[in-house]
Amino acid sequence: MTSMPGSEMRKPRGLPRSHDACATSGFCRVGCRGCQGLAANADVAERPGGTSGGSGRPGNRKRGPARERSRGSSGVSDRAGAAGVRLPGYGGQQMPGVPHSQYGVYNGPVPGHQQPAPPQGPLRTPPTSGAPPPTSGAPLPVGQPAYNQFGQGDVQNGIPASAVQMQRPSVSQPFIPGSTPTSISQLSSFQQYGPSPTSAQQLTNHMARMTIGSVPTSAAPPAGLGYGPSTSVSPASGSFTATGSGLYTPYSSSQGPPPASMTHGLPPTSLSQGVPLAQPAFSGLPLSMQRLPSQGPGYAPPPSSTGIGPSNYPSTTGAPRPSTMQSPPLSGQALAGLPASQPNHLSSPPPPQQAMSGPHPGPPMTGLQGPPPPPTHPSQPGYQIQQNGSFGQVRGSQPNYGGAYPGTPNYGSQPGPPPPPKRLDPDSIPSPIQVIEDDRNNRGSEPFVTGVRGQVPPLVTTNFLVKDQGNTSPRYIRCTSYNIPCTSDMAKQSQVPLAAVIKPLATLPTEETPPYLVDHGESGPIRCNRCKAYMCPFMQFIEGGRRFQCCFCSCVTEVPPHYFQHLDHTGKRVDFYDRPELSLGSYEFLATVDYCKNNKFPNPPAFIFMIDVSYNAVKSGLVRLICEELKSLLDYLPRGGNLEESAIRVGFVTYNKVLHFYNVKSSLAQPQMMVVSDVADMFVPLLDGFLVNVNESRTVIASLLDQIPEMFADTRETETVFAPVIQAGLDALKAAECAGKLFIFHTSLPIAEAPGKLKNRDDKKLINTDKEKTLFQPQTNFYNNLAKDCVAQGCCVDLFLFPNQYLDVATLGVVTYQTGGSIYKYTYFQLETDQERFLNDLRRDVQKEVGFDAVMRVRTSTGIRATDFFGAFYMSNTTDVELAGLDCDKTITVEFKHDDKLSEDSGALLQCALLYTSSAGQRRLRIHNLSLNCCTQLADLYRNCETDTLINYLAKYAYRGVLNNPVKTVRDALINQCAQILACYRKNCASPSSAGQLILPECMKLLPVYLNCVLKSDVLQPGPEVSTDDRAYIRQLVTSMDVAETNVFFYPRLLPLTKVDVDSDALPAAIRNSEERLSKGDMYLLENGLNIFVWVGVNVQQGLIQNLFGVSSFSQISNTMSTLPILENPFSKKVRSIMDMLQAQRSRYMKLIIVKQEDKFEMLFKHFLVEDKSMSGGASYVDFLCHMHKEIRQLLS
Amino acid sequence: MKYGRSASFLTGENQGCQRYGPQTGSSPSSCIFWSLNLSDSMATYLEFIQQNEERDGVRFSWNVWPSSRLEATRMVVPLACLLTPLKERPDLPPVQYEPVLCSRPTCKAVLNPLCQVDYRAKLWACNFCFQRNQFPPAYAGISEVNQPAELMPQFSTIDYIVQRGPQTPLIFLYVVDTCLEEEDLQALKESLQMSLSLLHPDALVGLITFGRMVQVHELSCEGISKSYVFRGTKDLTAKQIQDMLGLTRPAVPVQQGRPLQPQEQPVISSRFLQPIHKIDMNLTDLLGELQRDPWPVTQGKRPLRSTGVALSIAVGLLEGTFPNTGARIMLFTGGPPTQGPGMVVGDELKTPIRSWHDIEKDNARFMKKATKHYETLANRTAANGHCIDIYACALDQTGLLEMKCCTNLTGGHMVMGDSFNTSLFKQTFQRVFSKDFNGEFRMAFGASLDVKTSRELKIGGAIGPCISLNAKGPCVSENELGIGGTCQWKICSLDPNTTLAIYFEVVNQHNAPIPQGGRGAVQFVTQYQHSSTQKRIRVTTIARNWADAQNQLQHIEAAFDQEAAAVLMARLGVYRAETEEGPDVLRWLDRQLIRLCQKFGQYNKDDPNSFRLSDSFSLYPQFMFHLRRSPFLQVFNNSPDESSYYRHHFARQDLTQSLIMIQPILYSYSFYGPPEPVLLDSSSILADRILLMDTFFQIVIYLGETIAQWQKAGYQDMPEYENFKHLLQAPLDDAQEILQTRFPMPRYINTEHGGSQARFLLSKVNPSQTHNNLYAWGQESGSPILTDDVSLQVFMDHLKKLAVSSAA
Repeated sequence: MTSMPGSEMRKPRGLPRSHDACATSGFCRVGCRGCQGLAANADVAERPGGTSGGSGRPGNRKRGPARERSRGSSGVSDRAGAAGVRLPGYGGQQMPGVPHSQYGVYNGPVPGHQQPAPPQGPLRTPPTSGAPPPTSGAPLPVGQPAYNQFGQGDVQNGIPASAVQMQRPSVSQPFIPGSTPTSISQLSSFQQYGPSPTSAQQLTNHMARMTIGSVPTSAAPPAGLGYGPSTSVSPASGSFTATGSGLYTPYSSSQGPPPASMTHGLPPTSLSQGVPLAQPAFSGLPLSMQRLPSQGPGYAPPPSSTGIGPSNYPSTTGAPRPSTMQSPPLSGQALAGLPASQPNHLSSPPPPQQAMSGPHPGPPMTGLQGPPPPPTHPSQPGYQIQQNGSFGQVRGSQPNYGGAYPGTPNYGSQPGPPPPPKRLDPDSIPSPIQVIEDDRNNRGSEPFVTGVRGQVPPLVTTNFLVKDQGNTSPRYIRCTSYNIPCTSDMAKQSQVPLAAVIKPLATLPTEETPPYLVDHGESGPIRCNRCKAYMCPFMQFIEGGRRFQCCFCSCVTEVPPHYFQHLDHTGKRVDFYDRPELSLGSYEFLATVDYCKNNKFPNPPAFIFMIDVSYNAVKSGLVRLICEELKSLLDYLPRGGNLEESAIRVGFVTYNKVLHFYNVKSSLAQPQMMVVSDVADMFVPLLDGFLVNVNESRTVIASLLDQIPEMFADTRETETVFAPVIQAGLDALKAAECAGKLFIFHTSLPIAEAPGKLKNRDDKKLINTDKEKTLFQPQTNFYNNLAKDCVAQGCCVDLFLFPNQYLDVATLGVVTYQTGGSIYKYTYFQLETDQERFLNDLRRDVQKEVGFDAVMRVRTSTGIRATDFFGAFYMSNTTDVELAGLDCDKTITVEFKHDDKLSEDSGALLQCALLYTSSAGQRRLRIHNLSLNCCTQLADLYRNCETDTLINYLAKYAYRGVLNNPVKTVRDALINQCAQILACYRKNCASPSSAGQLILPECMKLLPVYLNCVLKSDVLQPGPEVSTDDRAYIRQLVTSMDVAETNVFFYPRLLPLTKVDVDSDALPAAIRNSEERLSKGDMYLLENGLNIFVWVGVNVQQGLIQNLFGVSSFSQISNTMSTLPILENPFSKKVRSIMDMLQAQRSRYMKLIIVKQEDKFEMLFKHFLVEDKSMSGGASYVDFLCHMHKEIRQLLS
Repeated sequence: MKYGRSASFLTGENQGCQRYGPQTGSSPSSCIFWSLNLSDSMATYLEFIQQNEERDGVRFSWNVWPSSRLEATRMVVPLACLLTPLKERPDLPPVQYEPVLCSRPTCKAVLNPLCQVDYRAKLWACNFCFQRNQFPPAYAGISEVNQPAELMPQFSTIDYIVQRGPQTPLIFLYVVDTCLEEEDLQALKESLQMSLSLLHPDALVGLITFGRMVQVHELSCEGISKSYVFRGTKDLTAKQIQDMLGLTRPAVPVQQGRPLQPQEQPVISSRFLQPIHKIDMNLTDLLGELQRDPWPVTQGKRPLRSTGVALSIAVGLLEGTFPNTGARIMLFTGGPPTQGPGMVVGDELKTPIRSWHDIEKDNARFMKKATKHYETLANRTAANGHCIDIYACALDQTGLLEMKCCTNLTGGHMVMGDSFNTSLFKQTFQRVFSKDFNGEFRMAFGASLDVKTSRELKIGGAIGPCISLNAKGPCVSENELGIGGTCQWKICSLDPNTTLAIYFEVVNQHNAPIPQGGRGAVQFVTQYQHSSTQKRIRVTTIARNWADAQNQLQHIEAAFDQEAAAVLMARLGVYRAETEEGPDVLRWLDRQLIRLCQKFGQYNKDDPNSFRLSDSFSLYPQFMFHLRRSPFLQVFNNSPDESSYYRHHFARQDLTQSLIMIQPILYSYSFYGPPEPVLLDSSSILADRILLMDTFFQIVIYLGETIAQWQKAGYQDMPEYENFKHLLQAPLDDAQEILQTRFPMPRYINTEHGGSQARFLLSKVNPSQTHNNLYAWGQESGSPILTDDVSLQVFMDHLKKLAVSSAA
């Protein structure tokens, strides 16, 4: 299997394009198949299978084909089990009714699903491969729901007994073998989707629009090429790659034999199992056939559908594809599937299940769902078949659903149905891995040229170069959508938040030039007279260059004489290419004295190190460690440009219940310590000699750092203060009249008598109550006021926490948060294990470039306005973001709202101006300009969205929401908003289809999975092991994350280490975050930006263990190691180099945790397998997708 | 008139100078003396007085006491004495045992030579309460021939060394202002470093520096110098200070009955106060590294100086660590406190520091608050038995007016100079650590003075560097004079010159005559910590005869000590001047003087020319004349700080010094004979004389017009005029001798006729010749003084007129 996926992956990409075109529009639809709604005839072969089998055809033309295929094959491939099977069984229409039941079942299935997972072990690999593809279309989610639904649906559908039966078998099979393969096939199709859209937007769009079922399938076929390989690959590589091909196959299979579904059901399973055989066959056919024929046939029907639904992209090819798809798959399935599947089926579940599912489901389901289905059917007709179906299902399902979803119990109650639901194949739903991979392949090769307005940049996970040609690099600004609705009505309708994630000081790769510095001399930068926007490439010079018209407010401003330049025949200034501010998207101005505080040029900033020297800190060796490190670290302060030595001055403070300042003036023979005990009224006891130049005072500082650990070696003071520490740093900076940064190393809850004293208020009982929000709120207002003062002075506070117990991060972090600082937390700090991580963080934090005393303003074209800001900063008015410090990793998310109309012609412009003091003490203005398109068609909006950015925004929005609202409210709001977004799409952009079908916009097909991750995150759904501090910590952390960080944070990267190619630089292909994808015989690496886990299966070869850990057996692997031992063998080297590479990508050093399978730490690890159901009650991807589908249908009805 | 050598007016008696009274012409009149059972060797009252002073350090205004309250009040000058508790007695070996006390709880007088002793019964009768007491067992062997020292007449003053409590070393806590000019700070640092070498190695020292902030330095740190810093604007309670310095003993967890305290105590207190032998080097380095206050002082501002908080912290530190132990807080300040509690003036240079004018107009906005702050501190300090010295060196005022109580209530030194970089400060400071013949510091700590009187007397109060201990007793009068209402005072620090004025009240009723030959007795019991850290008790018991003023007035009159009386009255006047308006005090003094003249003068009614005073009173009016003009009562031309400074010293110096302060001494050097004392009169200022004036606070050498011209012409450098050179040198040598011993060092002024500094001389002399009576100049009769002040002649004329007036 593994080999299969891999190959598939690739193929899809290639194929997608061609298919894309055919594919028509870019919706990824997951056909929810009736209950199976998910079945998305759409790409998701799964659905298709289901849907197609059932209602699919009727409704959607595009899908039509797909469905048809699906039908044909659906039973087989789709549901990869469930879906496919059901569909066929249902015959489609019935399906709708089914959904209800399915839902109910659904829940059931989930568990069932998981259960099967383990056995699948081997199977899993394929599924994983399959998984990626699903990503392309929202299908997956649908698929999942479908699962449940399916189960139910099948039951209800009972009518089409055959179908039911089909499903069952498939379901059962899918789990074991059968389902997986199907999923794979679907996945493949998905993948195609993904890739195609990404590669060429248009194409992709088209692709996207294609109904999931059909198009994808069609697409898949193209992938078909990949197929052969993919399938082969997938098995080989593991779950991951397989998807692409896998999808296809399933698709085809599912589609192909709707009737054959029965058989299909088998086939798919067989596929998975029988992989090799089947795949090759597939590949062969698909490859050749697929593009043309597959599309042709597949699309042929689809085209019509595409034309209808998506419209724009009349998937010319669409039609053919499906057919082709179907056909090949069919064949493939038939070939491989049967044999393989049979075994499975035979093995055990199949028969009984089938029997069960067929009849049993039918009856039981009907009993439950039965009623609903009928109604649904009627409704379906109104809509398109599928849609209708889905609708009906939705309604019907709701009851069941609701019950089922939350209430697994239902599941339990309905033993019969559940099994079928389980079948919803994870591989059939949209896979993040696939999307990422596709984007990487399609867009990573060529530079991203920013000259064109409204271009959607490559994903954050893709490595690409940027060429600045007038718009700022996506490294600085990313938007949720690059095509903004012209009117607020549209915006409201779509519910897509318009937001930009801005990282003004982002670090660029070395290949890219940092922003040019423009010096306009004493007169300063040229600005619009009215709105004060800075000169930028979009300003329009008129009257021969004597004046310019502001691109933001249209005001006409005289060009100052010294700036005058003639225009050429195109109206461009002659010096256009000589001036960065006229030709580039990002550049810097040298600020004049008018831009400085008190009209004085700033002094160079200062760093003040403030070290807790209470008992805990000393005893743990922390104090000594810090002092030792500082000795060398001080030589690496940021230099701000090309200065010989850093202009930054440093100061030192230690504290416990009182504060100790140090005079390290260079003229002193030995440092002087000054104790300030008056913590109630903090002040800085010295002026001269506190902040010094490192080079001048080197010896004194060294002597001081030697002394500090000695001095406090015998301390017995356990209490600490906190607010006075910040106060002291602030006062010191005030006295020195400079901005700066405080590095505070703190260990405990500040309970000593002083302002800002805190009490332990940790109370887990508050979780899930209305008072939960208090856990995120600061205990006292004191710190807010302090933060305000800090910001006024440009005093940024970085906090390193080393707690052994609750220390109220929510309160301690207030100042850090509002001053643009960073918090680092090392719970239960142990020198041996955490030293490395802490030191790396410290080094990075000290060395990174920081802008101080910054003010950021975002100007926009008339018509929209920045209305809301998220991030670590302070705002004293509604427009200016004030940042005491802003480093290269800090991100600000800005939300825009309409206050007028925009025009399609002029588009929308953003100008982000950041005024800051560089670490060299130079006052500068950094300008980023970005032009966006405007649209009057919602479809354009959906086609130009970026889900990662959207998630970034939504997460920040939700995380802020928990401050004031019960967490449940926040979660519901999130779900609701997403449902609305998707429903709007479905309603306005997707071609008519069965309501039972889940159709997702291509650009947002990962929205459900990512959103589910957000919902399951510790902040919004804490498990019992998550401390209050951790939640507050994460909440603050996420708030200033950029898109890349949120992406990996919410959907961690899981790499199979045993698949590492020792000889190449490439990372192994990532796999989906699900336990099913883990194999006992492998090792995996999981990273989420904060932690790196290395998971070791129980059956890993001893040789590998020896190579990596230096111990001879699994049982000897130590849980406590914080770094991998340095061993001289290729495997160890490679793994370590991978880790180093990952560490280098993240702004924080990640903690390494070794997890042995079936060890107690595994719980922790499983927490990050975000596609699975979480311990704390978070839904699995599949479940959530179903839920989402239900929500959408509810909205649509 | 030339009057006796009864007192050594100059510290160096060998100069043989004599004091000239107002009536130079009259020949010394024979003194009438009564040998009223006085000791045999006594020839005259003057000798008696002198002898008493040398032996007991006591001088009474009246040496024969009027026997009833009524008569006593008619004497005008109250019955009072000047007591120098620690008068140096090289010939007095201390005894090494406990004094024997009267067993009556309210009395507790110490056994003394005046007690009647029954050697056989081994009993002694208290001469104050007449209680009969058993001798303690140790005295079993006494007899007429084997008397303990305290019973011998020559031991009317006796020192006991007693063993009480642990001996704690002396403590010196330097509180140093760092808002100084570089030069000043350098000089001060050197002085401080020097002082370390003068301290006993066991002495504990501490260092607090202040400017805008206050730093308490920890002295025992190696490798890093450590200090605790306090904001200079915030007053802290003693408790807060101790908390912040970590002086509060952490609540020692009860560890199974294992007390850890003995170990911890030294640790805690020793961080800031360390024995000099341990941290000599450290502290020397620390002082060497002291920098000027680093906080910038902008144009037009005074540096921010947190003297108030610094002192408060110093007091709090000692209070928490070494209560009731001998300790000196030595404050070195170079300017006025400008912030925080105790601030005297704002930091705006354009607002000048308060003057007397402002104070009279009630324009000194910080004065009351500051004074209150320092008073509170002073009282706390005194309660703990510590003392505060203030060394204020600045050209402008430094707020001594507000801070004076710190020294006045605790017995500390107050030194005022222009700069730390002057010999005046350097030598004065060095002299603080001067040693006596035993090599011990001339300082004692934590003294309490207990006064006991026989029944006919009660105690009115005391004036001097002390505070009341509020010990009520049978001998305490209800009429307070000075610090009254008690028979015990605490003197936190005293030196051999420290002198208290103690005022008594005769309470014997007129109708209860005292038997002939009866004597009144007073006992002074001073317990103190000697600088060797021993606890000592000095007991002085004196007795004087009673006399019936009605028929023995001559006796009383002859036994009048006009010098003591003048000083005692002056102290009363100065004491009043602290709280009352200047003119009121002068009026009160005049009134007393007139009444005294009326009582003791010989005259015919309404005939001023007939007025005569006996010898024992003859100088008194002249003292009063100069007192009226002295800076102690006149604030004109003096800043409030100067007045405080002068009054501070006046209230604690012994009789001799006090008299010099009241009426400076003037010597004349010429080719016509040996140097001679001359009248403090403008007529003494002659062209061919060199004058040397000692006002206690200043020493002025003044070259007459001719002399100055000769000097300018350089005659002194010509071998043939070597005698001129010698003449010029003579006053310098004499001045040097005065400078050697005086504490504080006087300001040394070398000037000449017409020199601007000559004003110091001209302002002191009796303006017998002014621009108003120029025509009356005799030939060769000095130089006129441009003043409207009355001359002594006019003063006396009026006095006579008023005294003889029947209307008065």
